[in-house]
Amino acid sequence: MTANTNQASGQVIGGHRYSLEQDGSRADRWILNFGPQHPATHTTLRLVLILDGERIVDCVPDIGYLHSGFEKMAEVHDINQYVTVTDRMNYLSPAMNNLAWHGAWEKLFGIELTPRCKVIRTIVGELARIQDHLVCVGAAALDLGAYTPFLYLFEDREIIYDLLEEISGARYMNSYTRLGGLLRDINPEWPDHVRAFLRRAPGTLSDSEALLLRNRIFIERLRGIGYISAQDAIDWSITGPAARASGVLRDLRKDEPYLCFEENWDGRGAGPVDFKVPVSDMGDCYGRFVVRLEEIRQSLHIIEQLVENIPPGPVNSPADEKINLPDKAEVWGSIEGLIHHFELVMWNRGWQPPIGEAYGAVESPNGELGFYVVSSGGRTAYRARLRPPSLINYQCFADLIRGHQISDVVAVLGSLNIIAAELDR
Amino acid sequence: MAQDANSIRDIRVGVPGPLGSGGVRGIVVPADRPYGSWHPAIQALEDRFGRTFDPFPLVVNKRGPCDQVCIKVAPDQLLEVMRFLKDDLRCRFDLLADLTCVDYLYFPNGADRYGVTYTLASTRLRHRLWVKCFVNDPEPAVPSVTSIWRGANWQEREVWDMFGVRFEGHPDLRRILLWEGFGSHPLRKDYPPQGLGERASYEILGPESA
Repeated sequence: MTANTNQASGQVIGGHRYSLEQDGSRADRWILNFGPQHPATHTTLRLVLILDGERIVDCVPDIGYLHSGFEKMAEVHDINQYVTVTDRMNYLSPAMNNLAWHGAWEKLFGIELTPRCKVIRTIVGELARIQDHLVCVGAAALDLGAYTPFLYLFEDREIIYDLLEEISGARYMNSYTRLGGLLRDINPEWPDHVRAFLRRAPGTLSDSEALLLRNRIFIERLRGIGYISAQDAIDWSITGPAARASGVLRDLRKDEPYLCFEENWDGRGAGPVDFKVPVSDMGDCYGRFVVRLEEIRQSLHIIEQLVENIPPGPVNSPADEKINLPDKAEVWGSIEGLIHHFELVMWNRGWQPPIGEAYGAVESPNGELGFYVVSSGGRTAYRARLRPPSLINYQCFADLIRGHQISDVVAVLGSLNIIAAELDR
Repeated sequence: MAQDANSIRDIRVGVPGPLGSGGVRGIVVPADRPYGSWHPAIQALEDRFGRTFDPFPLVVNKRGPCDQVCIKVAPDQLLEVMRFLKDDLRCRFDLLADLTCVDYLYFPNGADRYGVTYTLASTRLRHRLWVKCFVNDPEPAVPSVTSIWRGANWQEREVWDMFGVRFEGHPDLRRILLWEGFGSHPLRKDYPPQGLGERASYEILGPESA
């Protein structure tokens, strides 16, 4: 790899030689490496900023510092093993990645989930969305100097971690879904704990909002910064809250409904979950910030409806489909159960997916999170592609930041919520 | 054009297809076209280009063909078809949701090697279409769609990085996740998951080189 040269003649920026002389030989132009180890980049992002005083003349994002070959790993790990890798993509909302990964495979297999499984998955997904937005909002405030709301919001996030730990056994990397079902059923007390969270969360939100939305410094740091028009957002393939803050009406939960967002999800005529999609026309960092705060409220409303009547029944697909591991009692108590278990865990046996491809997408906290999975009939994916909302939302960054001040970099980065592990995979 | 406007309304308020939850929602499939191989955009394409496009479902599973419809387009026609799909009132695929590639080297009955796959979505009509463009060694290349959707930029760079498929006309086709000196394209099927020993050749930086 070519090293960066810091001579006056030019600098190698992400493979391009950028010369200050070519740029009109302005003596006050200078180059700043932002990251990869800057705390405001949250993980390892590198931006090369070409500055005129404090004004950004140009910006070259250089990514790939966290590339770990996640997509290649899908070709050697089986469908249920790989869910642990998906946790590590967007680590702020791991449960959402789990849903997307197994959702895509269930589309490929043609598996219909049980109503109980759908409800639990939807609740977990919305908890993950709240978790992600809490970090995004809190950290954005922290980057701009507001420390207290960050702590308020993180306290609530901690409770969500406790809730997810209770059902999955893992605090951070839940790996809660399995093909055609879940790792295990929820415990009977869990809905009560969720209700307790639902009671306290609105208070925290209004506390934080009172600290931020009437704070003149905060608003002036965000208003008019990093403006994206609706047309640009679509053209740049931006999805999720970032697009909705620009006035793009698109939410996969409404447009391509899945799980409990679908009509008749339980097979007995249940309607889709009721919620509103917050959309703003502001298009700037403040708009994205407000949309995320409102989405937290809507997610709380979704959970409120679902947690009251979780349908009884199994969480896994029926045993005769040979998709999920059978109960331990069945494995030790019956020869059919033992063979069923054996068939699934042996490396040369396992599932027999149809040969083909499927694209399954969910509305993740940052936008459309999709998996394009290709199966050649084996127990591992032939190819798995993650459609990373972070990568695609980040493309427009250089255009957004041009002309802004250097201190706006953290505001824009925080509002787009770029997760480097998902960005680089 | 009045007819086009009518068909748009049909798509938005139509009855959901049998599977309901799939990629295309609310599309009424004509009784004489098999499910999983029809899409309103196909009719528009066939009217415009005067040939059949043979749409097929991405997968046929035990519940039948899925509602994710895919068409194949030759590289020399790609730009024309894509531009039409974006602009036509019956298609309006204004969002390039995903751009990726699959290496079909060891795939059962895989005829061509690289299948560059475009997932198109419409923010207005709420439907999707998959477009595949197959290319082969030794010089796999497809035209770049960055002139149609700016969002294709980094995704095309990633496909070039990982598969070595060139995108003709891309404004800035550099590697994106790996560095320029990296010799291979690791998501190709003939690249081993363990790597080719690149790690061994890395220069070790000591405190003096910081």
